[in-house]
Amino acid sequence: MKKLTIRLTVNAESKEWSIAPGDLLLDVLRREGYFGVKRGCEKGECGACTVLVDGKPIDSCLMFAAQADGREVLTIEGLAHGGALDPLQEAFLDHGAVQCGYCTPGMILNAKALLEKNPNPSEREVRETLTGNFCRCTGYVKPVEAVLAAAKAYRRAR
Amino acid sequence: MSTHVVGQNLRKVDGVKLVTGGAAFTDDIHLPGLLYGKILPSPHAHARIVRIDASRARALAGVHAVLTYKDVPRVPHTTAGQAWPEPSPYDTYLLDSKVRFVGDRVAAVAAETRAIAEKALGLIEVEYDVLPAVLDMEQAMAAGAPVIHDEPDSTGIHDRQRNIAGYILREIGNVEEGFRACDLVIEREFRTGRQQHCPLEPHISIAWLDADARLAIRTSTQVPYHARRQCAMILQIPVSRIHVVKPRIGGGFGGKQEMLLEDIAGALALATGRPVKIEYTREEEFYMARTRHPQILRMKMGAKRDGTIVASQLTVLATTGAYGSHSTTVQGNTGSKVLPMYRAGHMRFECHVVYTNTPVAGAFRGYGCPQGFFAQESVVDELAHELKMDPLEFRRRNAIRLGDIDRLSAQLGEGREGLPRVIRSCGLYQCLDRGAAAIGWAGKRQARPRRGRLKRGVGVACTMQGSGIAGIDWASAFLKMNEDGSFYLQAGASDVGGGADTVLAQIAAETLGVTLDKIVITSGDTDITPFDVGAYASSTTIISGGAVRKAAEKVRAQVLEVAARMLDAAPESLTGCANAVSAPGGKSVTMTDIAMQAMYKDKLQIMDGASHYNTDSPPPFSVTFAEVEVDTETGQVRVVHLVSAVDPGTAINPMQAEGQVEGAVAQGLGYALTEELLLDELGRPRNASFLDYKMFTAKDMPKVTTILAETDEPLGPYGAKSISEVPINGPAPAIANAIYHAVGIRIRKLPIRPEDVLRALRGAGC
Repeated sequence: MKKLTIRLTVNAESKEWSIAPGDLLLDVLRREGYFGVKRGCEKGECGACTVLVDGKPIDSCLMFAAQADGREVLTIEGLAHGGALDPLQEAFLDHGAVQCGYCTPGMILNAKALLEKNPNPSEREVRETLTGNFCRCTGYVKPVEAVLAAAKAYRRAR
Repeated sequence: MSTHVVGQNLRKVDGVKLVTGGAAFTDDIHLPGLLYGKILPSPHAHARIVRIDASRARALAGVHAVLTYKDVPRVPHTTAGQAWPEPSPYDTYLLDSKVRFVGDRVAAVAAETRAIAEKALGLIEVEYDVLPAVLDMEQAMAAGAPVIHDEPDSTGIHDRQRNIAGYILREIGNVEEGFRACDLVIEREFRTGRQQHCPLEPHISIAWLDADARLAIRTSTQVPYHARRQCAMILQIPVSRIHVVKPRIGGGFGGKQEMLLEDIAGALALATGRPVKIEYTREEEFYMARTRHPQILRMKMGAKRDGTIVASQLTVLATTGAYGSHSTTVQGNTGSKVLPMYRAGHMRFECHVVYTNTPVAGAFRGYGCPQGFFAQESVVDELAHELKMDPLEFRRRNAIRLGDIDRLSAQLGEGREGLPRVIRSCGLYQCLDRGAAAIGWAGKRQARPRRGRLKRGVGVACTMQGSGIAGIDWASAFLKMNEDGSFYLQAGASDVGGGADTVLAQIAAETLGVTLDKIVITSGDTDITPFDVGAYASSTTIISGGAVRKAAEKVRAQVLEVAARMLDAAPESLTGCANAVSAPGGKSVTMTDIAMQAMYKDKLQIMDGASHYNTDSPPPFSVTFAEVEVDTETGQVRVVHLVSAVDPGTAINPMQAEGQVEGAVAQGLGYALTEELLLDELGRPRNASFLDYKMFTAKDMPKVTTILAETDEPLGPYGAKSISEVPINGPAPAIANAIYHAVGIRIRKLPIRPEDVLRALRGAGC
C-alpha cells in the first residue's frame, strides 16, 4: 500500500511517521506507543480517544493521521512536566475521580482545553464540556468536582 | 478501634499510571508478530449451518487461521465465571454447527491486520438452514415453539423441550394462608428491559505461547482463575499450561464475569503459533457480549389494616437469551435478596428462566435485584397508599432489622441450598432517616400540587444485596517483607476499576502498622497470585479483604517476633504504627531495621499467606430517594435530585465508596429511564451504538447526594461489608414512586419512556 510521511509535534517532540493514507490518528498514536489514547467506540461518540490538536479537543478516531501533518498533538502522556503532574491530574487523584481510568485521559484533556480557555468555569460549563466524555464508573460527580478544584490552580497559574 | 489507614480517603494505588496514560490495560502492549482475530457473527437468530467452506478465506494473503466448528474440540461448557461446579447449564460450545442468536459465533479468523481479518470473514461461505426463532419470552415455553438447545450433549438444562434453562420454587410459611389473613392484597405485573453494561473498554483478550510454550492470556476479565480453568477444559490442555493475566480493566459491571473471548483467542493462538488479539468493537459489545436479564414479574403482597405485611409472593418469567449463563443464579437473587427485605411470615418465589433467540444475558451489577426491587418497592408503595400510611413509615414498620434471620436465603443459595442469613449489622434505619432529611421528605410529601404542566413528586425505595456468596466465595492472599520495610502483597482478587487494589492495600497496611506507600500489590495473575474466585457478588472487600487481613495478621506476628528479639521485649508487649515497632520503655525499631535483621542476620524471609471465606453474606442496605419533575404535556420525566443512602459496613476508603454509589446511581438512572437494547422482528439489534443507546452523560445527571451510613459488620475486615452493587437497585422504583406522587400514575415497565408516561397520563384523564 502507498505510504506517506507526516511530520508533526507530539507532546512537544518532533515526529516523522510513515503512515497509510487511511490510517486514523487513534491507531497511529497507539501504534507509536501512546497508550493513553483509548479506543472506546471508534465513532466519535464516547470521547475516550480525545487528544488536543493545536489545543483543541479532537476525537482521534474521527481524524485521519494525515490531517495531523504539521500540527501539534498533545496526549495524556505529555501533560505532566518533569515528574510534576498537571493540576487536573492531581485533582482527579485527590477527588477520587478515577475509577477504571479508561475514560480519564480523554476527560482530563477535554477539561484542560476548557480550563486553558476559561479557568473560571461554572459547574454547568464543566458538565457541558464533559458531556463529550462517557464514563460508566463515576456518575460524573467526582470528575466534575475535580475539574472545578483544578480550575483554582489554573487561575493561580495565570 | 483507632485506624490510621482504613477509613482514610487515600489516593488509588494505581492512580498515577491511570492519569498519566501509562501502559495499564490489556491492549497497552506491543507483541511482535501479533495477529488480529475476528469473529464471524451469525446473521440469523436461529439456524443450522448446513455447509461452511473457509477455503477462500484461508487462501487470502495474510490470513493465518480460520476456525469453524469442524476445527475445534466440542466441549459443552458455560461462559459464566462461577466457582466449580458452575450452577449454570453447560450449553455453550467454542464453535457449533448451530447458531442461536444474531451475533452467535459462526467462525473465527486470525490475520496480519484487522482489515485482512474483516475481509476474510466475508470470504467464508456459509449456507444456513434458517430455523423458526423464538424472540418473545412469553412464547418460549409454548407447545410447538422451536427448541433452541436440541443438541444431545449439553447438560444442566431444566427442560430443553420447553426451552426452560432453569426453574426455581421456594416457599417459607404458607402464602395462601398468609394472603387469607390479610385485609388488603395487591398483585401487579412488571416488565424490565434489556440493559447492556457498556464498559468503556470493550471485551478484549490477547493470547500467545510464551517461551516455555505455555498459553499466556492477557485479558479484560473479572475472573482470571475461572477463565483459566474453563479455557483448560475447552482447549483440552492442562491448567498448568495456561497463564492468565488481568491487567487494569476498563470497567466490568458483571459483563466480564464471563469467559467470553479468552477461549477463542487461545484457540487461534494455538492454531497459528502467533500472538492473537481479539476485541469487540462497540457495536459487537452491545449484542455479542452480555446484557441484564429481561423479566416479567408478578408481585403479590398482602397486609393487615394496621400496616403489617403478612405475605409476599413473587412469580418471575425471565429470559437468559440463547445461552444459560448465570440463568438460575441471577434469577434466584431476584427472590432471595428481594423478598426478605420485609418481615412477612409467608414468602413464595417461583421463577422460570427461558431460552430465547436473543442476545445472551448474564451477570450485571445488582444480579437480579434491580428487577425484583422495582416490582417489590412499587407494590409496597401502593400498599402504603391504600392503607393511607406514609410510605416511609410503612417501610419502617415492616423492614428487616438487626438480629433478624433471613430464612429465604437459606433456601436459595448459588443454584443450590444456601445458608441462613443473620443480620449482624443494619444501617437501614439510619439510611431512611438521613436520606429523608436530605431529600426534604416531610415537606415535599405534604407540598400542595404545583399548577401548570410540570409536576413534582418524591419517592423512596429500600433495597439490599449481599457481600459475597455464603459458603462458596473464597479468596487468598500472600505477603512478604522487603528489605526497606515494605511489603509485597499478592492477592488473587481482580480489581476491575472499582479500586479493590487500594482497599486491599489499605487493609494490609492497617494490619501491618505501615503507611500505604509501604504496600506494593499485584493482583489477578494466575502465576503470581494465589487463588481468588474473582470480582463478583460484592465479594472483594469482605472476602478478599478478609484473606488479606488474615495473611497480614500472620505476617505481623512474624514481624513482632523479630522485633521482640531486637528490643529484648515480649512480642505481645510491643506496639507500633507508621512503619515502626516500639517496646514499653519507648525503645523502637523501624520496619527497615526489622527487615534487615530478619533477612541478613536471621536468614528469614518474613512471609505468609491465608485463605478466607464466610458462611454468611451480610447485606449492605441502601435507601434511595428521588425527586422528579414530570412534564404532563410530553411525558418527559426529569430527575431533580437523587439521594442514595447506603450502609456498607465500614467504608475502607470513603471517597472510593462514594464513587461506587455515584456510578451505580448513574447506571441505575439509565436502567430506569433511558437504557434498553432493542431488537427488531428478526432478533437483530436496532440501537447498538452509544448514539442510539442512551446512557446518562455529565449533563444529564441530576443533583446526586451520597450518604454513607456506616455500621460495624462482625464478619467483615474492619467492619466492612460491600457497596458496589446495592445502590443500583433503588433508582428505578424510587423514580416510579415519585412519578406516582407527582401525577398519580403507576408505570410498571422499564425503562420508563416519555411515551409510556404520556399514554398513562391520558388513560388517567390527566
